[in-house]
Amino acid sequence: MRIMQILQALILLAAPPLGIGIVNKTKAWFAGRRGPSLFQLYYDLFKLFRKGMAISKTTTGIFFIGAASCLATPLLAGLMVPLGFPSAAVSFQGDLFVFAYLLGLGRFLTAAAALDTGSSFEGMGASRELTFSSLGEPAFFLGFIVLAMITGSISFTEIFSGLSKPPDMTTSAILLLAASWLIVLLAENCRIPFDDPNTHLELTMIHEVMVLDHSGPALGFILYGAAIKLFIMASLLVDVILIVLPVTVWIKWLAYAAGILLLYAGIGVIESIMARLKLVNVPKLLISSILLSGFAVVLLLR
Amino acid sequence: MDIATKFLLMVLILLNFSALASSRMKAVIRLTAIQGAVLGLLLLSVHRHFGITIILMCLLTITIKSIIIPHLLDRAMREVNIRREVEPILGFVPSLALGGASTAFAFYFSQALPLADPHPSSLIPPASISTIFAGFLFLTTRTKAISQVLGYLILENGIFVFGLLLVGKIPFMVEIGVLLDLFVAVFVMGIILNHIQRTFSSIDMDILSELKE
Repeated sequence: MRIMQILQALILLAAPPLGIGIVNKTKAWFAGRRGPSLFQLYYDLFKLFRKGMAISKTTTGIFFIGAASCLATPLLAGLMVPLGFPSAAVSFQGDLFVFAYLLGLGRFLTAAAALDTGSSFEGMGASRELTFSSLGEPAFFLGFIVLAMITGSISFTEIFSGLSKPPDMTTSAILLLAASWLIVLLAENCRIPFDDPNTHLELTMIHEVMVLDHSGPALGFILYGAAIKLFIMASLLVDVILIVLPVTVWIKWLAYAAGILLLYAGIGVIESIMARLKLVNVPKLLISSILLSGFAVVLLLR
Repeated sequence: MDIATKFLLMVLILLNFSALASSRMKAVIRLTAIQGAVLGLLLLSVHRHFGITIILMCLLTITIKSIIIPHLLDRAMREVNIRREVEPILGFVPSLALGGASTAFAFYFSQALPLADPHPSSLIPPASISTIFAGFLFLTTRTKAISQVLGYLILENGIFVFGLLLVGKIPFMVEIGVLLDLFVAVFVMGIILNHIQRTFSSIDMDILSELKE
């Protein structure tokens, strides 16, 4: 068991940048380019960690805490998600709340760091980010309610250890939940219908605005942390779908790995075929994700 | 309740939500067309034995609801040159939220209905009531006449779903008559739209509040 926990921690540390590589490769394939290498983010991070930092004179310690928490909170939260294994590295009753609020803490500190730079532009980004994530959170928590109602547990490990006998409405509720969480995943990780991780254009930037003042290792922390956040939310989504498939341990791990790869490729496809939404339309999509998980809850209540 | 029926009813409710959220006429017309096709398939999945009348009903429903009526509405839309609902009385996000609330209410309400035995546990009454609510919401909160036609269509779809409970009990001719009524209504509304547009050079319902000779 100890070995499995260490293995999961290592996967959590090593795999996420590769996922970003898969997304970018898919996008490049759609555009007919060869695209950057699959391992590009590893090179970028290595380069950034060796650089010095340019730090604005208006900043205080919060600026550094923000950058550090951007990496630390997804790492800690990721330890609670079973990465296709029968149990997570860290597991206790109620760990899904700690998971959600660790991500919330990271978001708060990133926004605080953005405000700390004193730039009104970054303040605007922080305000946008918090507005949209406050709409994403109800969908996330309604999803937790669905999972708790299906399995009668509030710990990721027990929830994802599989159902013995699926009741009547479970499959449809899980599918609705997966659709809702896919929207939340795209919004939280600033992927395309909501935000473009590649641009630094002013008008529709949400997340990218907040990190403009970071450089060198701090920027590396943020990029690495963002990759890890995407990885753990993707794992969560794949785990949720795997609930309804009754499979044994090793096949489950293979299904998990295949699911993650497919999900990353799917994100690349979504980013290639969709345009970014107008900013006024973003809340509409997030509210529909709340509706989807709310609908799943209603289905289970019957 | 088998899986296919459940799935189709859920698709129906999700289509309501997306119709409430979209501002483009063309998108809403296409959504009601898909809804019509879903209704036709529902007829097949609720009925276990495929008689000639059922298959005929299914084909007729799909032809009228998802081919002819959308085509008529498309043409009406092109002629009056309205592409999107610009200023609804109730914004898109609030009407989406209201649609969600009314769906939850429909689920609650349908448990209190005194239905005959196999029905209380089925998904048909709540799906029907929630579709009717969505149609009402669409009908009352949009200002363009063509969206009101669309709201009427969604409302009628909800009533059609409720009729599924009585499948086999309603005579074939009655069902065909209802479909024909709907078709004529939409046909007439398409023509009226055109006349309103020609007379008042707008089909905004807010402006049409006074009767004149």
